[in-house]
Amino acid sequence: MDYVLLTEQFLNGFQLGIILFLMAAGLTLVFGIMDLVNLAHGSMFMIGAFVGGTIALLTDSFILGVILMIPAMLVIGMAVEMTTLRTLYPRDHLDQVLATFGLILFFNEAVRLIWGPEGLVVPLPAFLDGTVELGLGITYPVYRIVIIAIGLAVALGLYILVGKTRIGMLIRAGASNRTMAGALGVNIPKLFSIVFGIGAVLAGLAGLIITPITQAQIGMGEDVLILAFVVIVIGGIGSIRGAFIASIVTGVIDTMGRSFLDQLLLLFLPANAAESAGPALSSMLIYILMAAILFFRPQGLFPPKGAGA
Amino acid sequence: MNMRAELRNPATIFALLVMALFATGPFLMPALDEPFYVIVFARIMVWGIAAISLNLIMGYGGMISFGHAVYLGIGGYTVGILAFHGVTDGWTQLAVAVFGSAFIAFVFGAISLRTRGVYFIMITLALAQMIFFLSVSAERYGSDDGLNILSRSDFGVGFFDLEDQMTMYYTIFAVLLLALLVSWRIVGSRFGNVIRAAKSNETRVQAVGVATYRYRLTAFVIAGVMCGIAGLLQANLERFVSPDMMSWPRSGELIFMVVLGGMSTIFGPVTGAFVYLMVSDFLAEWTIHWHIVFGPLLVLVVLFARGGIAGLLDRKPARE
Amino acid sequence: MSDAAATSPALEARSLVKTFGGLTATDNLSLEVAPGEIHAVIGPNGAGKTTLVNILSGLMKPDGGAMLFRGRDITRLSAPARVKAGLARSFQITSIFRDFTVLENVMLPVQAKQGHSYRFWGRTDRDARLTGPAQDLLERVGLGERANVRAGDLAYGEQRQLEIAIALATEPSFLLLDEPMAGMGPEESQGMIAFLKALKGDYTMLLVEHDMDAVFALADRITVLVYGRVIATGAPDAIRNDPDVRAAYLGDDAGDGEAGADTGGEAA
Repeated sequence: MDYVLLTEQFLNGFQLGIILFLMAAGLTLVFGIMDLVNLAHGSMFMIGAFVGGTIALLTDSFILGVILMIPAMLVIGMAVEMTTLRTLYPRDHLDQVLATFGLILFFNEAVRLIWGPEGLVVPLPAFLDGTVELGLGITYPVYRIVIIAIGLAVALGLYILVGKTRIGMLIRAGASNRTMAGALGVNIPKLFSIVFGIGAVLAGLAGLIITPITQAQIGMGEDVLILAFVVIVIGGIGSIRGAFIASIVTGVIDTMGRSFLDQLLLLFLPANAAESAGPALSSMLIYILMAAILFFRPQGLFPPKGAGA
Repeated sequence: MNMRAELRNPATIFALLVMALFATGPFLMPALDEPFYVIVFARIMVWGIAAISLNLIMGYGGMISFGHAVYLGIGGYTVGILAFHGVTDGWTQLAVAVFGSAFIAFVFGAISLRTRGVYFIMITLALAQMIFFLSVSAERYGSDDGLNILSRSDFGVGFFDLEDQMTMYYTIFAVLLLALLVSWRIVGSRFGNVIRAAKSNETRVQAVGVATYRYRLTAFVIAGVMCGIAGLLQANLERFVSPDMMSWPRSGELIFMVVLGGMSTIFGPVTGAFVYLMVSDFLAEWTIHWHIVFGPLLVLVVLFARGGIAGLLDRKPARE
Repeated sequence: MSDAAATSPALEARSLVKTFGGLTATDNLSLEVAPGEIHAVIGPNGAGKTTLVNILSGLMKPDGGAMLFRGRDITRLSAPARVKAGLARSFQITSIFRDFTVLENVMLPVQAKQGHSYRFWGRTDRDARLTGPAQDLLERVGLGERANVRAGDLAYGEQRQLEIAIALATEPSFLLLDEPMAGMGPEESQGMIAFLKALKGDYTMLLVEHDMDAVFALADRITVLVYGRVIATGAPDAIRNDPDVRAAYLGDDAGDGEAGADTGGEAA
């Protein structure tokens, strides 16, 4: 294992972690604040990719695609919240899982109807298509660095939004005491719509920025969604900070595991055993990590306040 | 729990009609010139067995497992992998399927039952994904493409040959009856009392002297084994296994069948499986884009028909 | 030796400590309950009374201190194990199984008492070993005719009675009663007081209660908690006249039974 490959894979893992964070942030907010399990969050990832990708192709500008995707996802997210999810807040988690499961089927099929079954290829703009020298002989794709930068900027922005602004204060007040915040004149339904809209934008952003690497496909959000669940379970539900740390850890471990686990196993196992066990074990690695963390901390690394034993 | 009250219920009458349809299917449907429905019924019955097993822990025990289809996969891959290596002996396959699903359910249950609520839902989902990805990464056994099963389980009894379609069908029917009987007796037993009581108030159960964790774990294992057997039947019926049979949408569908039929009723999972799969079939015949109707339909069921079919057929308003 | 056993406390708490975040709910709390007595624990809201019951019943782990039950250290015993040892509790918030019948509610502790519940086949509704003792107990507490009613459909007073019947069905020697009068009107309270009086002598009881009428009608001894600390322990008359207690707790409504009952109502 040379350090060049090691660094590259670490950065790849970090970049996956960023995508996971963009997904998990919205999920954990909706979850922590509205106590809503929303499987359809994965659909927002997909819709962001298709809508933004289409705009990018039509305008021939990826940047414009990203920019116009934001209001589009805000509207779509808020529309979904107002038509369906709002009814689900007082329901138990089982109802929420089932209804949003139905939404996934609908959105997948809607995308298939509109864009066809093949998916969408969105090319990278030329100026982002290249590599950059990081020193010590390490070169790395510019675009992946851009993804990491976007993710870090969003993380910082969210931190400021939730921690320092008036709307963040309202979000936190609405989360801790709905009736109280309502009594203080906060329009709770509107607040929840906005939070949901923000979550949808973040998920859509994640889906869109990964599209030039993977292309947009039907159901693309679902695997990411489940990984994001793992992330918020590890991080502790409702915690943005927990979601960030757990996202990066999950991304890095998953990526590094897939690249290096078989070589690591060679140290203990004969070659053919390592070769077959490597891929199997690496695909299970983060789930084992999650199980281990939950075994010792059933509420995750950063448990929500007031959720004592 | 209350068999007598359930028998007077319109939902139960519907369930008995469905059971009668299953019992006579191989004769009735060809006579009606719809022979295709025989295989459909067989499939529905297998799902029914899996849904009965989920109902034991979810309906009666309040444990919302979002990864229950994984045991279908374990039972199925037991048949697939053993047959791949030339082991077609049915008893061996059954033993491995039972112990395999019991072992996995024990480990997964031991981890996930330490948590509550949403954490439980997500952990069962994630643990099942782990096995799903394991099957995807198993190149030797076909990865995504799955594994064809050239010969069905051979139980070495002359007149009992699963290669015969009729025997296969009625074996599934018999196992379905057995699953119904088992779930009815368990629910009404001392063990069932503990599980049902722990659903409504676990702290109180502990405060009358019952250590709930181990009973819930036992229920989790029983449900896993029952579903593993359903997987074994499914693999035999389809002569094929693939990761898809334990993908997370399958687990979601299982939950839906149980809810649709009416949670915590003995027959609910069977009627749920029947209605869910028949409606799917009907819509799928009508258009390939049937999910565009089916998805919103599921949402509407959740929003407006909470008690499932049982609730709709029951004259009394659905309970809270 | 037998002398020592007779006079040694039925339940003893030694320097119990429990904190939640920065809040100390139980502060170096020591307490002794003599065999056969009704020992009341009173204190204003937030004095840590329910926390104390939760610790003594094993549903919460203390951060420090020890508990002895009939001379045996039970500090590390789980809640179910304590019930098996004879220490049962009732809940302030009615914790019956609402969708079970009244009889089924009592059958569960009866079956727990009879050993493990790894019995998967036999129908409990036809098991005379369960229904017999359960029905007997219901007759004893006056719920015999309500055996087949869904527990959630009982009147509130009856639900409170069932709450205690569930605890009694575990055949305890000791009852931890967490506000048995909670939410009751004056008439229902009188009924409950009579009910508990009838149990006196058969069971040792630790009674957490807001209703001062009930406390002074029932208790042999009273311990007063304020902010998780014991500020006084003694006979009812001594407590009534204790200046510290009057200042800290009874001050507002000393000797006024009606006001005491009101406090209980508010707490529920």
